[in-house]
Amino acid sequence: MSWYKNLSRRQFIQLGAAAAAASGISCNTPFSSPWRFFALGEARTLASISDQLIPPDRDPGADWARVVNYIDIQLCGPFERWRTMYRKGLASVNRASRALHDRPFALLSSDQQFAMLRTMESGELSPDGWDGIHPSAFFELLLNHAMQGYYGDPRHGGNRDHASWKMVGLPYPQIRGRQHYESKTS
Amino acid sequence: MPLPSRPLRKYFAMALKRLNAVVVGAGAGGGVAAKELACAGFTVALLERGKWYTAFDCRKDDLRNQRTTALGCAFGPDDQRYRRVVLSRDGSPRIVLPSDGDYNNNAACVGGGTLSYGAMAWRFMENDFRMRSVYGSVAGSTLDDWPITYQDLEPYYEKAEWEIGVSGDDSTNIFKAPRRKQLPMPPLPPSLEHTTLEAAAKRLGLHPFSIPMLRNTVPFNGRGACMRCRWCVGFACEVDAKNGTHNTVIPKALATGNCDLRTDCVAKEILTDARGRVTGVAYFDADNRLQEQPADLVIVSASATESARLLLNSKSAMFPNGIGNQYDWVGRNLQGHAYTGAMGLMDFDIFDDLGPGASIAISDYNHGNPGLVGGAVLCNEFIRLPIHFAFMHPPDVPRWGAAHKEYMRNYYRRSVIVMGPIQEMPVFEARVQVDPTVKDFWGIPVARLSGARHPQDLVTAKYVAERAADWLREAGATKTWLRLPGPDLSGGQHQAGTCRMGNDPKTSVVDAHCQVHGIDNLFVVDASVHVTNGGFNPVLTILANAYRVSDFITRSWKPA
Repeated sequence: MSWYKNLSRRQFIQLGAAAAAASGISCNTPFSSPWRFFALGEARTLASISDQLIPPDRDPGADWARVVNYIDIQLCGPFERWRTMYRKGLASVNRASRALHDRPFALLSSDQQFAMLRTMESGELSPDGWDGIHPSAFFELLLNHAMQGYYGDPRHGGNRDHASWKMVGLPYPQIRGRQHYESKTS
Repeated sequence: MPLPSRPLRKYFAMALKRLNAVVVGAGAGGGVAAKELACAGFTVALLERGKWYTAFDCRKDDLRNQRTTALGCAFGPDDQRYRRVVLSRDGSPRIVLPSDGDYNNNAACVGGGTLSYGAMAWRFMENDFRMRSVYGSVAGSTLDDWPITYQDLEPYYEKAEWEIGVSGDDSTNIFKAPRRKQLPMPPLPPSLEHTTLEAAAKRLGLHPFSIPMLRNTVPFNGRGACMRCRWCVGFACEVDAKNGTHNTVIPKALATGNCDLRTDCVAKEILTDARGRVTGVAYFDADNRLQEQPADLVIVSASATESARLLLNSKSAMFPNGIGNQYDWVGRNLQGHAYTGAMGLMDFDIFDDLGPGASIAISDYNHGNPGLVGGAVLCNEFIRLPIHFAFMHPPDVPRWGAAHKEYMRNYYRRSVIVMGPIQEMPVFEARVQVDPTVKDFWGIPVARLSGARHPQDLVTAKYVAERAADWLREAGATKTWLRLPGPDLSGGQHQAGTCRMGNDPKTSVVDAHCQVHGIDNLFVVDASVHVTNGGFNPVLTILANAYRVSDFITRSWKPA
């Protein structure tokens, strides 16, 4: 009934590739990146940011708990509308970092990273050269999403090994009810 | 025809034959109305834009439920097909999605908010029905008395408590309005937080009691008791111990054979004839086809925002500004609840992981606060999951970094929150309109929300929050801080007021029987009709009022 049923498998794959290329920002990253949305460098920047927001101490930090994985998965689903914000925002963080310290964000010292995030949060960092993104708005987005990835349910790709729930002292799973947990989210 | 796998299929053949009644919205009000009418022999179509979820849809997903919508609303509406427009204070419009906070969402599913609510089952107090008489007029507010009294509603409160199922014990609440019959179920055994707060309240000379809740604490109505898990408010109950219309009155309505529940059906407009009488409802069915359901009477119960939107979208030569809107009162006085209170940190582990969390309340500050109008009931809060707690820190703890993490680790099991819903002063300019340009997936103009809370609400909120902090300090909190509401428009789960009940057609939308003024076969039975919204969660009042209105309909109408 549908028009595409008459296409051969090869034609169908070609069509799919063309559609992905045409959509501009897609969830099919180049083969060099293991992520769904992020390029390697973007993921590295985000990992450094998230480890400042929720740093490792005697309990794991955000990077170990796979906060980047959480955000990466959601950007191909419910967070679709934030894709441009992430793409431009992460590039801008590195641009600003290079302008200040001549290095990408991930290679700054911990103190330098912390200080730069503070200026993003407070709005002191100039939005010039941020491609229309406001640094403090991007910071709020990062903070919300990092907290979700670290403290939210592991089924969404973050909170590895229930790390944060173990940290706060929550027994998991709570042995009550029917316990029909799934990994699907819809 | 793809239909939900519910007992709908056999009824669908009669779909567009004339029926006695169409009920728009299968939430608290609509569920009760459908059941009462179906049991009285009326043929009823119950339209619901969402789906029918069950206990198996609980999922315990802390990022995707009705309270935390980071990844979407679990029980609707969805972000793909629904939109609203919010006017900022500078007048600029903004399109918002259901998972955004300022959409002011309420669930879209069979049961409506009652599927996933926290289930507090409050009777309003006598003074809540006569706020204008008690407090006089308030500048900038349309504060008024209800055209009915507590005594008019009392038998129906009782009916709701026994038919839907309420547990709790308010015998020590000396402020409550008189009740003839006790609640059908006892409260849950107290948690450590409950006993700590109870003793502290008594030391302060306050009057603590167990919150009435629409929750089974013993087997009741063929379903089991609460298992006290952490995932309550915002979630469907995993063991079906939370009582809503989806597991009580709606199944009863269907069992009569008179009620046809149509899920995934989105009402477009109320149809009228040349003389201005209602003839039925136009809606988009589950396959997005436009259908017209003729009926003798139409009952609207789609939530304060959506009921107003439906009335405003029902334009005709007789009703150029929308049905029931000849005096421009439809959509006005949108109110919800400004939540206020305090949080405290203890120096011992007070968290004993016994859900639902909220269990103890005081009604000492609902009325009689010095120099203030109204007030709020104060309750301890539902269990905070870690994702909630991450945003609940004292002002001197940073929002992120090592110190924030240290706070999470040290205090997750040591916090207590006491909160309450401030009785809001209705504001004429806090309103629902239909947007002139933005439309939803079906091409229906969306709701446009504008306005703000009355400044008095914030004053009352501060006073009540300080009393909450006093209570926490007496209970042993070593540190407390206030959690105050902002000035923004109120709506959300407790949305109310947009089709005010009153005797004067010039200053209200429906009469005391919730019949739209001048149209004898159109009724509204959700919180839209509330003149004021009490200092309490409004659901039991919605349920009771729906019983009252249904009683009027079944006594005054004879099914054809």
